[in-house]
Amino acid sequence: MSQISARQRLYRRSRSSIFHGFDPVLTAAVGLLLFIGTLLVYAATRDWYARNGLDPQYYLKRHVINIAIGGLLAYGTTVIDYRLLRAYTPIFWGLGVLGLLIVLIPGLGTTVNGARAWIALPGGFQIQPAELAKIAIIIGMSLLLSERTHDSDEPTSRDVLQALVVAAIPVLLIILQPDMGTVFIISASVVTIIAVSGAPSRWVAGLLVVAVLGAVVATKTGVISEYQINRLQTFVNPNADTQGAGYQLRQARITVGSGGFIGTGLFNGPQTNGRFVPEQQTDFIFTVAGEELGFLGSGLILILYFIILMRSFAIARRTSDPFGRLVTTGVIAWFAFQLFENIGMALGLMPMTGVPLPFISYGGSSMFATLIGFGLLQNVHARSRG
Amino acid sequence: MNQRSRLNLMVVQILIVSLMVALFGRLFYLQVAAGPKYRDAALSIQSRDVVSPANRGLIVDSSGVPLALNKVGLAITIDRIEIDKQPDKGVAVMVRLSKLLKLKYNDVFRNTRLCGELPKGQRAGCWTGSRYQPIPITKEADPDIALQIVERSDQFPGVDAEPIAIRNYPGIAGVNGAHVLGYVGPMTDTDLAKDNGKAYFRSESIGKSGLEIEYDSYLRGTPGIKTLIVDRKEAITAQGQNTSSIAGDHLVTSLDARLQGAVEVALADAVKRGRANGYTSDSGAAVVMDVKTGRILALASYPTYDPNAFEKGLTIAQASDLFSEKKAVPALSRALQGLYAPASTFKSVSVIAAAAAGYDLNASYACPAEVQVGTRAFQNFESKSQGTMSLKKAIAVSCDTIWYRIAFDEWLRDGGLHPKANPNDYFFKAAQGFHITQKVGIDLPSESSSRLADRSYKKRWYDANKDFYCHYKERASKAQQTQFLLLLAKENCVDGDKIRAGDAVNYAIGQGDTVVTPLKLAQMYAAIANGGTIWQMLVGKAIVKTDGTVIKTMTPKKLGTLPVAASTLKFLHGALREVVISGTGAGVFAGFPIEVSGKTGTAEVFGRNLNGSLKDNTSWFASFAPSKNPRYAVVMMVSQGGFGASTSGVGVRKIYETLFGVKGNKVIPGAEIFPGGKPPIKLPKISPATKPKGTP
Repeated sequence: MSQISARQRLYRRSRSSIFHGFDPVLTAAVGLLLFIGTLLVYAATRDWYARNGLDPQYYLKRHVINIAIGGLLAYGTTVIDYRLLRAYTPIFWGLGVLGLLIVLIPGLGTTVNGARAWIALPGGFQIQPAELAKIAIIIGMSLLLSERTHDSDEPTSRDVLQALVVAAIPVLLIILQPDMGTVFIISASVVTIIAVSGAPSRWVAGLLVVAVLGAVVATKTGVISEYQINRLQTFVNPNADTQGAGYQLRQARITVGSGGFIGTGLFNGPQTNGRFVPEQQTDFIFTVAGEELGFLGSGLILILYFIILMRSFAIARRTSDPFGRLVTTGVIAWFAFQLFENIGMALGLMPMTGVPLPFISYGGSSMFATLIGFGLLQNVHARSRG
Repeated sequence: MNQRSRLNLMVVQILIVSLMVALFGRLFYLQVAAGPKYRDAALSIQSRDVVSPANRGLIVDSSGVPLALNKVGLAITIDRIEIDKQPDKGVAVMVRLSKLLKLKYNDVFRNTRLCGELPKGQRAGCWTGSRYQPIPITKEADPDIALQIVERSDQFPGVDAEPIAIRNYPGIAGVNGAHVLGYVGPMTDTDLAKDNGKAYFRSESIGKSGLEIEYDSYLRGTPGIKTLIVDRKEAITAQGQNTSSIAGDHLVTSLDARLQGAVEVALADAVKRGRANGYTSDSGAAVVMDVKTGRILALASYPTYDPNAFEKGLTIAQASDLFSEKKAVPALSRALQGLYAPASTFKSVSVIAAAAAGYDLNASYACPAEVQVGTRAFQNFESKSQGTMSLKKAIAVSCDTIWYRIAFDEWLRDGGLHPKANPNDYFFKAAQGFHITQKVGIDLPSESSSRLADRSYKKRWYDANKDFYCHYKERASKAQQTQFLLLLAKENCVDGDKIRAGDAVNYAIGQGDTVVTPLKLAQMYAAIANGGTIWQMLVGKAIVKTDGTVIKTMTPKKLGTLPVAASTLKFLHGALREVVISGTGAGVFAGFPIEVSGKTGTAEVFGRNLNGSLKDNTSWFASFAPSKNPRYAVVMMVSQGGFGASTSGVGVRKIYETLFGVKGNKVIPGAEIFPGGKPPIKLPKISPATKPKGTP
């Protein structure tokens, strides 16, 4: 007995609470975003579903479940042993790549909005392997660039090449879907990780050049489908097409703008309730905030993101562990570029791509991935004190 | 962490901070700076205005007989959005529909095209409204046919039938009235863009011509608007404002339906009479006005068109005929838009000029067969010498040479081709006394100004055309290079800015470049008749609300007073009476029981018709009656109608017969249009069921 109680005491000392090591500011900001997101998902779907004789809480319920599962995943990611994380990384990566291969098999992958990005599961659930691949790439690259088998302080070109291979395989599979929004986000993460890893500057410069060239070649040679070029063109010339992508972008902009300073009030947005903007619980959820919560509410969302990002930069600076730092910067770039792409699209700054808004958009895979990302930040934070 | 890592982390952080700032700035712009704009845009996306057009006000005559009213029609409409979605763009549906409605497919096709979709020159009958509203093919469909369409909706996708209010010109007492009443049609984009303080809606009709356009703001009323909030599927989610329509106000005119109908018949008969006598007789106009008030009692133009055709659904043929030269452009209202040389009717002006110049109106003058004017001899009408006669007789028989003589002498006195600094210009001043170049101010659109070919006109004309005539050989077409025209061009180049002797003498008998509208001539004769008052001419009398309240009365303004001595007017009255007693109008008015005064006019016209024939003379008759205390002025003009008396004079007599209730050569008691010889002053009670007096 005494032995057991001694172990328990030891356990309690090292873990005074289950939230031991959680950054309170980061956690509060994420928690607030999750809460706002839940309201917005409900607001986006409630009226339309009720009017069409469906359960108005259909999306709300599922969203809450997603958050609960995501929360557990975040918790697990936070408390998991560091070394265990490293050990499982190859498996994690392998599963991601496998998922990305499966979506490309006709009959298994489902196509939504022109991208074959989902695997349909029984019970109406779908998973999007690309979301999980983001995490696998970030951890995999960080691993290769922080743990060296040689004595040099900096990653060598060989390390960089290895890391790039780790990123390139899933990225190529995602290009085949094609889901250019995710490719863009992963590319931003990859360049950021390499830049912060201390690798030779020519790699960073070179990768940026490759990214630009890649985009040009892709549009010219048809790697990017006509569907995506259309979306890009309507971004450049929004009046070219009044019913397709340009129409949607215009609707989104009008919806956000019509919210004004204080908004129409939660659940009271006629644009949202009239469902004039498509995909409003996922890709265009920011328009709900724009219309119903106005500049006050949507500005608050931006501020919360800003807090999360700045807090994460602080974590990256404070940690003495190179692996932790690279993981953190990778996650920062992921979150930052994904939210910029999503909100930028709603505000008419970015072309139309189908990426969800971190912590807010409805969608299981994305919610799980972002919460795991959040867990990674916490994990690094918790261990940076040591 | 090495230096490079630290630096790069900083760069990444700066980049991300700037991205966040960009989002924040954009958000501020959209929601705060441009918020109101986007709110409007959102409103137009979410809300649908269901417009129920107001009942259009009636147009009635001075005794309340409706000239324009509303009736319920059955509209067959085509939804362009719907038929354009069909694989054959709706061809099959339109073919079936045209068979059912017994229309030509081409008419249906063109009726449903927006004007901008068709090449220029093929737009007659095109749809002037929007693609997004149902396009009516006809508004007066047979109920059985409408039922077939509704029942066989699978055969007619995109076609619909619904009852609507349509404008109707009932044609009571045979009135056509197209040129006065006008017609209504769909809103065009230009109408919608017009910002005149009133919001127009697509589904409304708007006056397109005549009184309908002139008084549109009163007649149209205020449409009812129900605002619905809709979702993406156009399902209604909420209802916004709901205002009911306010019926338009009625327009009371000074026209009389029976008189108008008779004037139209008299004019059409006059045109036919001209044709029977071998003249081209392409068109004409007739005006009846109250000389004491300036109000118009009847106004007609020939050829005319059916104002109801627009609501029935205009065929391509009907639409292009409206402006076809071959059909003599029925859309044109000759009474206010046609300009014609007044010929001998202008001698009334010359009498005033002669009196002002000091000629003794009671003296006798020679009426030779011709007068030598400079190097040219000017012939009398039909080159007959009539000996010496009083000026009164000269007016009655319409002697021209007397006026050549006087006009030439006055022209010489004013300095001839080298005019004095302050020429007397008695002849021009006499016409200016009538405010001849000022519009009559009628409440109908597109009135033309009459033209006085005086010295300043000559100058303006010369400045505009000098270049052409001085380089005639290079500028003119081959066909224009005849000996005569070359000579004329040379003359015009040398002294085209001067009043030449020929101009002066032609002017005195109403020939040359001086041209007037039939309305203007009526106004001038009314001024002579009423002792010198030049009245504005109006058709509209009052705007009356549906409850009978008068909200506006239109009263003709006094535009001026003739600067003419009473003795001259008295002489003129006698002379014009003499025309009808013993002169050129005597035959036509033989035995007429009411004293009428007037003047014939037969104007030479230069040029050729489309078929190459030389143009015939313009036939005029300008008059007033009763001679002792004139109340009415009646003017008729038939373009290329031949002699003034035989073509127009007879027509004017017919008009007076109706006006005074004359049958044979007797006045039938109670048959006159206006009891006591006075057009009504009191406004009538307005009801669509009002019947003209004397009809069961």
